[in-house]
Amino acid sequence: MSQVLHTPPPTPAPAAEDLAALAARHGLSVSGARPSLREYVGQLWARRHFISAFATAKLTAQYSQAKLGQVWQVMTPLLNAAVYYFIFGVLLGTKHNVPDYVPFLVTGVFIWTFTQSSIMAGTRAISGNLGLVRALHFPRAALPISFALQQLQQLLFSMAALVVILLCFGVPVAASWVLAIPALVLQFTFNAGVSMVVARLGAKTPDIAQLMPFVLRTWMYVSGVMWSIDKLTTKEPHIVRVLLELNPAAVYIDLMRFALIDSFHADSLPPHVWAAATGWALLAGVGGFIYFWKAEETYGRG
Amino acid sequence: MAEQTPTEKIPTVIADDVDIVYRVNGTGAGRGTATAALNRILRRKQAEKAAGVRKVHAVKKVSFVAYKGEAIGLIGTNGSGKSTLLKAVAGLLPVESGHIHTDGQPSLLGVNAALMSDLTGERNVYLGGLAMGMSREQIKERYQDIVDFSGINEKGDFITLPMRTYSSGMAARLRFSIAAAKDHDVLLIDEALATGDRSFQKRSEARIRELRQHAGTVFLVSHNNKSIRDTCERVLWLERGELRMDGPTEEVMKEYEAFTGDKKPAPKKPAPKAVVAKVNTPQPSGAEASLPS
Repeated sequence: MSQVLHTPPPTPAPAAEDLAALAARHGLSVSGARPSLREYVGQLWARRHFISAFATAKLTAQYSQAKLGQVWQVMTPLLNAAVYYFIFGVLLGTKHNVPDYVPFLVTGVFIWTFTQSSIMAGTRAISGNLGLVRALHFPRAALPISFALQQLQQLLFSMAALVVILLCFGVPVAASWVLAIPALVLQFTFNAGVSMVVARLGAKTPDIAQLMPFVLRTWMYVSGVMWSIDKLTTKEPHIVRVLLELNPAAVYIDLMRFALIDSFHADSLPPHVWAAATGWALLAGVGGFIYFWKAEETYGRG
Repeated sequence: MAEQTPTEKIPTVIADDVDIVYRVNGTGAGRGTATAALNRILRRKQAEKAAGVRKVHAVKKVSFVAYKGEAIGLIGTNGSGKSTLLKAVAGLLPVESGHIHTDGQPSLLGVNAALMSDLTGERNVYLGGLAMGMSREQIKERYQDIVDFSGINEKGDFITLPMRTYSSGMAARLRFSIAAAKDHDVLLIDEALATGDRSFQKRSEARIRELRQHAGTVFLVSHNNKSIRDTCERVLWLERGELRMDGPTEEVMKEYEAFTGDKKPAPKKPAPKAVVAKVNTPQPSGAEASLPS
């Protein structure tokens, strides 16, 4: 409209009184200020039902257009494992070094996928949901946590498939299977923490989402998803092996293998593996949460 | 509002010299080239403009005080910063400078972003309610009201179908019904009245009035001059991010309509075309300006 160009100067604002003083007198609070860490945790707890409902909704919506529907929840990880089996087990012959190679591989792939997709979802948790962030009030950490929870639910489907595979390949049911639960809890905490870190980075710099697949792929190949770090690094110095084995992804994968596969003995585990698993979970979980909270009021700026 | 108490009015929202700036990446010359990107990374602040980050100054130095019991309309042509200002009042968009003080938590009437079109209407009612901060029990309690209000089930059992199968009108009605199910302290409504058929619009307006009685202050953004007149006593007129006028509805609306060429500022003279051309204000077609978007 052309008349927009000839608008007269605006009428002076009604700032007769000092507005800040007026606000203070009536006890008004600054809109959109960051809550204290304690309040923030409280708000997050109050929204726990939203977090779980959002995660479940995302999971269900994922395959709702497919003819086979929720069957894909199990099919996708199985197909993934089949591809890796073909390449690493059959073509490259990695399986000759490892007893129970199929259970070994499938466990590795599933546990790795859990971390990988949590982090990938985390990078877009804020930047991909700006509409939600700009429309509603909720502690923003609900988003990365919700995405990590969605991946956990996805993993539980995969674990059901995994149990069937384990039984088919003659791995006996053992008491050590119970150890899978604390291992998953620790891994989830770790994933959620890293998701929050990359969510903040991705909110500021969306380019992270382009870069992340390469970082993750490198990480996957050094984490012993398809091979045993133990068997392949016999020639390397001891320190290299320990470092490789203590990287969080390898720790969580090895823990799960130890819990589920009887031929994967404790001596294949790195030293102090539970301490490492807990340490990584605490470091990422607490550190990531605080790091994310520090920028709470800035999420949503276009 | 007419009912001014002899004692001092209680402010609920105070905007103090508020500026809001959007930054948009990847505009400007040479946006795609590697050198431009490198430049952007190396010299973040200095080269913001040169490297293709454009700033859009959406709201400029706006100050106002809103009091308890007021219903305030926000008007202005498209892109004048109305919705942006509302989002800042709701605390959803950070301000560049200045402050917005509020009493309690203002909430925007809008849950659209939380809903998922692949899920059934029923699950979306729960999801939307939870996203707005309602508890599961509250939603369960109001579930039937929400569905009845939306009128989704008038033509059969549609609430159990995925939302992507709804017509745009049906989806809009369900969204409004979910959003309006919660009571708010300071309520911000952005173009909510323009959805649905006539009977639904009437129901919506009634619900808005009801919400106003519970809410301390209501802000309404609309391009529908009639609904502004029906609902608000005070109007803020934003143009190009600046607050042009702030006053009683009739006074501001008259100026605004003169500005948009909706109605003649003075009583209409029976003039031939030649005379109209001399009048300083150009006239776009009247309907264009008053259409609710």
